[in-house]
Amino acid sequence: MVDLSTHIGSLVLQNPVMPASGTFGFGWEASKLYDINRLGAVVTKGTTRRARAGNQLPRVTDCPAGMLNAVGLENPGAEHVLSTELPFLGTLYGGPIIANVCGFSVDEYAYVAERLSQSPHVAALEINISCPNVEGGGMSFGTDAHIAAEITRAVRKATQKPIFLKLSPNVTDITEIARACEAEGADALTLINTLLGMRFDLQKRRPILANTTGGLSGPAIFPIALRMVYQVYQAVKIPIVGVGGISSARDVIEMMIAGASAVQIGSAALVNPAAVTDILDALPAELEAIRAGSLWELIGASQPPGNRFINHPAKTAVLAGTPVISRFVVRKEI
Amino acid sequence: MNNTAQSIYTIAYNVQIARQVYRMRLIGDTSYIETPGQFANVNIDGLFLRRPISIADSDGFGLDIIYKTVGEGTTRLSRMKTGDTLDALVGLGSGYDSKTSKRPLLIGGGVGVPPLFGLAKRFVKAGIKPKAILGFQAEEDVILASELRALGCETVVTLDANGKRVTDALPEVMGECDEYFACGPIPMLKAVFYACPLPGQLSLEARMACGLGLCQGCSSSDVRGQRICVNGPVFPKEELAW
Repeated sequence: MVDLSTHIGSLVLQNPVMPASGTFGFGWEASKLYDINRLGAVVTKGTTRRARAGNQLPRVTDCPAGMLNAVGLENPGAEHVLSTELPFLGTLYGGPIIANVCGFSVDEYAYVAERLSQSPHVAALEINISCPNVEGGGMSFGTDAHIAAEITRAVRKATQKPIFLKLSPNVTDITEIARACEAEGADALTLINTLLGMRFDLQKRRPILANTTGGLSGPAIFPIALRMVYQVYQAVKIPIVGVGGISSARDVIEMMIAGASAVQIGSAALVNPAAVTDILDALPAELEAIRAGSLWELIGASQPPGNRFINHPAKTAVLAGTPVISRFVVRKEI
Repeated sequence: MNNTAQSIYTIAYNVQIARQVYRMRLIGDTSYIETPGQFANVNIDGLFLRRPISIADSDGFGLDIIYKTVGEGTTRLSRMKTGDTLDALVGLGSGYDSKTSKRPLLIGGGVGVPPLFGLAKRFVKAGIKPKAILGFQAEEDVILASELRALGCETVVTLDANGKRVTDALPEVMGECDEYFACGPIPMLKAVFYACPLPGQLSLEARMACGLGLCQGCSSSDVRGQRICVNGPVFPKEELAW
């Protein structure tokens, strides 16, 4: 029996696979497509203070190895999510629920984080400072280390729950942003959000997306996500959730070898609703094929010896037969 | 658990039936198709996202899709051959509710006509002969008019080339009808929406990613933010924001 369990700081997961925010709604549609209780955790749609209608159509287009989206943070607003979506999701799913938080000001991030923390169903918050599809919010916060730090600080004050900062790849040095978030109390980092891209309509000589630009996701960005996870692993001590183009069990393993403690699946599940369950079905055999007895022993396995974790709490706990209680994964030799 | 059939279909034929318009018959599981007006989301080699295409007709053995080559996806689809296989999710979305009408009027434009053909068959099976108004750009674009007449449906065809729109035919045809069922380009649907006082059900289209209600890629202000893929593609007239 291969051990698929992992954890992100204090959050213990039966397996590392969760849906990426924005590809799972609030769980209801996905629950009709497959058994969502097989997921290690779930991540809800990015939520703002008030309801947002999102961008005009078209919002999606594609290229051979990925897709562009410019949904624009359509969501029913924090109060509705708190009073209806999260309790309802709680009836469908028994594992950890991670609520994704968005905003257009530092105050809004703190407000939404504080409100959603009131939900007993929420195990952690993912703070999206990287949405590329809205004006004056989202990514504009995640591309400046000072503002990223400021948001992390404000959210840290607003909640006792673990906070994962979801970072943008549309920056010159992602490790600088990662360090800034860690310094202000981020419990984990989610890497990466989508890359800014465009497609054009030849007939109309106009961008296809009504928003002009959109976020590129899918297999095209997988190597970029791997590279950024690998680099950020060396820059911070907090755990990393890897996301970006993961489409198979082998991709999951590769992302964890790069340094991720858990993963998110996005575009692959939009094209193939069985992607998540297919990946979970295939993981044990793929691990056996590379002679790995567990997933957690692979976390950061590619990292140079000085960066390799030596004190993985999950390992300690398993050896001692005690539950995992530590808040942080201590990964580096001091 | 799985409520949507993701299956592999075998192409029985894929033939051109009008200018840039093809009809493809897919052999395979149709058990998830419930109502006319639902769609299939087909996987096309070389493209990342599936392409949503309305289901023209279905039976216990397979389904027919009729599509126009408007972009890379449909162009690639048109090159597929008999015997090739196609990965498709079928029976997506909510289609037309045919139980509400005794004297239906079908109004279709261009490649919006195909789902109305399946709907006409559903009505005829229930002993009801719908009337139909079909609009096309020109004679070489006309599809399914003779098939509808063969079903016994009184069918009027209007051509843009003759300066006639579907709404021009409304006064003479809609007289005895109690509800209309429309599918076509947005400008046509809007014109029908304003010109026809009858209750109505209208089918919209949009670029989609999942087609399953997961991504909000098709939430439209035309239907007050509802998702075209799962809340539609067919909407009752009163849900439109026009």
